[in-house]
Amino acid sequence: MRDVSFSLNGKPTRLTVDEDRMLLWVLRDDLGLTGTKYGCGMTLCGACTVVVNNEAVRACATRMRLVDGAKVVTIEGLAANGRLHPVQEAFVTHAGYQCGFCTPGMIMAAYALLNSQPKPTRDDIVREMDDHICRCGAHVRILQAVQTASTAMKGGTR
Amino acid sequence: MTIYDSEMIVPDGWGFAYSMDRREFLKLTGTGLLVMVALRPMAAAAQEPARLPTGREGAPSDLNAYLHIGADGRVTTFVGKIEMGQGAMTSLPQLVAEELDVPLSMVDIVMGDTDVCPWDMGTFGSLSIRQFGPVLRTAAAEAKAVLLQLGSEKLQVPVSDLKVDNGVVVHKSDASKKISYAQLTEGRKIERRLEGKPALEPAASFTVVGKTAVRRDAIEKVTGKAKYAGDIVPPGALHARVLHPPAHGATFVSADTSAAEKLPGVTVVKQGDFIAVLHAHRDEADNALDLVKAQWTPSTNTLDHTTIFDHLEKNAPAAQTVAEGGAIPEGEKLAVVVVEDTYRDGYVAHSAMETHSAVAQFENGKMTVWVGTQTPFPVKSQVAKLLNLPPEMVRVITPYVGGGFGGKSAAQQAHEAARLAMATGKPIRVVWSREEEFFFDTFRPASVIKVRAGVDASKKIVFWDYRTIAAGERGSAQFYDIPHHKTVAQGGWNLNTPGFHPFPVGPWRAPGCNSNAFARESHIDQMAAKAGVDPVDFRLANLSDERMKRVLRAAVKQFGWTPKPGPSGRGWGVALGIDTGTYVASMAEVRVDKNTGKVDVLRIVCAQDMGVVVNPEGALQQMEGCIAQGLGYAFTEEVRFKNGQVLDKNFDTYELPRFSWMPKVETVILDSPDLPAQGGGEPAIIVMGAVVANAIFDAAGARMRQMPFTPDRVKAALKA
Repeated sequence: MRDVSFSLNGKPTRLTVDEDRMLLWVLRDDLGLTGTKYGCGMTLCGACTVVVNNEAVRACATRMRLVDGAKVVTIEGLAANGRLHPVQEAFVTHAGYQCGFCTPGMIMAAYALLNSQPKPTRDDIVREMDDHICRCGAHVRILQAVQTASTAMKGGTR
Repeated sequence: MTIYDSEMIVPDGWGFAYSMDRREFLKLTGTGLLVMVALRPMAAAAQEPARLPTGREGAPSDLNAYLHIGADGRVTTFVGKIEMGQGAMTSLPQLVAEELDVPLSMVDIVMGDTDVCPWDMGTFGSLSIRQFGPVLRTAAAEAKAVLLQLGSEKLQVPVSDLKVDNGVVVHKSDASKKISYAQLTEGRKIERRLEGKPALEPAASFTVVGKTAVRRDAIEKVTGKAKYAGDIVPPGALHARVLHPPAHGATFVSADTSAAEKLPGVTVVKQGDFIAVLHAHRDEADNALDLVKAQWTPSTNTLDHTTIFDHLEKNAPAAQTVAEGGAIPEGEKLAVVVVEDTYRDGYVAHSAMETHSAVAQFENGKMTVWVGTQTPFPVKSQVAKLLNLPPEMVRVITPYVGGGFGGKSAAQQAHEAARLAMATGKPIRVVWSREEEFFFDTFRPASVIKVRAGVDASKKIVFWDYRTIAAGERGSAQFYDIPHHKTVAQGGWNLNTPGFHPFPVGPWRAPGCNSNAFARESHIDQMAAKAGVDPVDFRLANLSDERMKRVLRAAVKQFGWTPKPGPSGRGWGVALGIDTGTYVASMAEVRVDKNTGKVDVLRIVCAQDMGVVVNPEGALQQMEGCIAQGLGYAFTEEVRFKNGQVLDKNFDTYELPRFSWMPKVETVILDSPDLPAQGGGEPAIIVMGAVVANAIFDAAGARMRQMPFTPDRVKAALKA
């Protein structure tokens, strides 16, 4: 057990935890942030994707020791001042989901992608998000949503 | 016994049960207008034969639906259906708003809560709109009739002079005479019960139905606020990991839990062979389970994913005739070309992204279980029976369900959670691991389908002899104009006779249809090729069903199909199907790499006649989802197993469709205002295996006889 301090959705957070535990379960069980989903536990599906230091990572395989001192953003941290983030808005506009279970991971991956590469081509998006699984088959709409979000953000980041 | 259509048989008198005390319910709803609808026969009962419960607990009551209009004018719809991504929580309120003449934004919906919703068999069979829709519309129409009556009394004007405009009862020629629904129900408690059937609004006057509505789950799902069963955390809740066998057919011998017990914060529950480790944190419960050393006798099942087909054929149950006409020997005499073939399909997993999850809380003698399930009411009965509780002391609440596809009709995880909650007195969370999900999945059954059919000199199909083993009869009957035909089914997707399958099987999106459409449409294609006729022309020449011809022509137009006998080298395929009252024609364009056997799907066109469309955007989403999901069973999805062990445990070996697989998708919904709403969640998937198989043949002359079409199988077919 040790103290781990990090920024979580903009708020300073400090926990005393086993540093080998995975961020996914600390978020869900210790911190009550259930928007980040368990889908496979082996980094194969992307449902648990969160953004750590501006990079999309799989929370199911991210140990707490790597989170120490980091800036963590989860799906709960995207909307600000009661307004959806442009990526979220685009997912609503295109209905880029059905059951919604993979959606937080998809949105976080798209958010990280657009922050690092504001104007991706469709092929870029496919490549970046190909290891995210959607079982309902909302793929085409998700791709459209990410493209729309890219346009809405006008190359800017948030 | 009333037979509604091929996949649904409903015994008369089986309706919806309402086990909660009615006074309790009325207390919950408070003042306002409550309309309860009971219809007989139960056209809305939405059952499939296998789902008829035996010995259902609780007094069967008689209500199909109800609506409540509160003093604030808000309308609340209570339905036993659940939302698993298919959009029913958006489209069902559209029906209510339409009939009641209120803005859609004034309609709320409560789904899948067994304490406040009317009994419902489950959410499957594309029935929510098709069969439940009319019941809901009837309830709303009755509510409107009651409100008009109340308005007439209040305004002192005959009902015939009144109309409703946006939730306000108003005089047809004197707009100053008006009163809102809210005012009419304010401070009153009115209960109406409906047996008859009021007139429903004709489709032509629809203003809400047929227009796209924004999904109600949108904001919650994009912000992470949407709660699934695993996200429900009552205070003091513990995660449970249950010890499960390593193989189907393995039996428990012993378990040493001493190491697990030593972990801080861990509780071990042992009830015979039911052993679970509990911890507030899921990952620490996982660690504890890893420390449990269990002994099992190995499974004696020797089948695997290659030997299963012969086994199914040898052990197939007696044949049931599905459809028959003319006499096959007569047809045989007319045939100049006879094609005989066998089509195979392996086990397919549901693989919903949310694994089976449940949270149970036992308080003051009442068990509340939040379950990700397609069947909340059957789960309630199961839990009551398992724990020997009176049915009214069990409540099942269904939050958002993270995908079902038929796989969440089974709910073992809810039984586990409830059992542990009762044993410990603590709220228990059970979220299956992905490995458990694969192990306990009620797979789509492997199947063997044998077809023998002949064409005469004029290229007409003259006989059709079809035998489907293990897939099921749904979708097996052919719809071509064939004088001599017989279709028999041996066993179905719900047949779990010990020893037939190595593990339980169950309904998988359009049960039976995917395997049957693959066999039928591949076989039609083979005959077209043998006859030297373009596969679209061949189908049109052998169809007399005008509705099907219209759908096929719509696909031809969208695709830009031009006739050429296969294999044309263009990589074009066509397949037709009918499911849940909806007609589908699909076309594909593929590219086959003859060296590697890899197939790229470039384009899919899908045309569908589904009757009246309630939420057009929602219907398109379902079609697109069917197309994407169908690519999985066509190309990669086949569960591998051996000695009772399920060898595929996660998405590294069991591959699901990805972004990079997506073809150009074009969907066409035919305008069909004269036909009531038909199924939308399943039809478009049934033709996916067939359309791709036929396109592969057209591209390279390789006839696929077994799904999925892996590169090795494509290469083998190229050599054959």
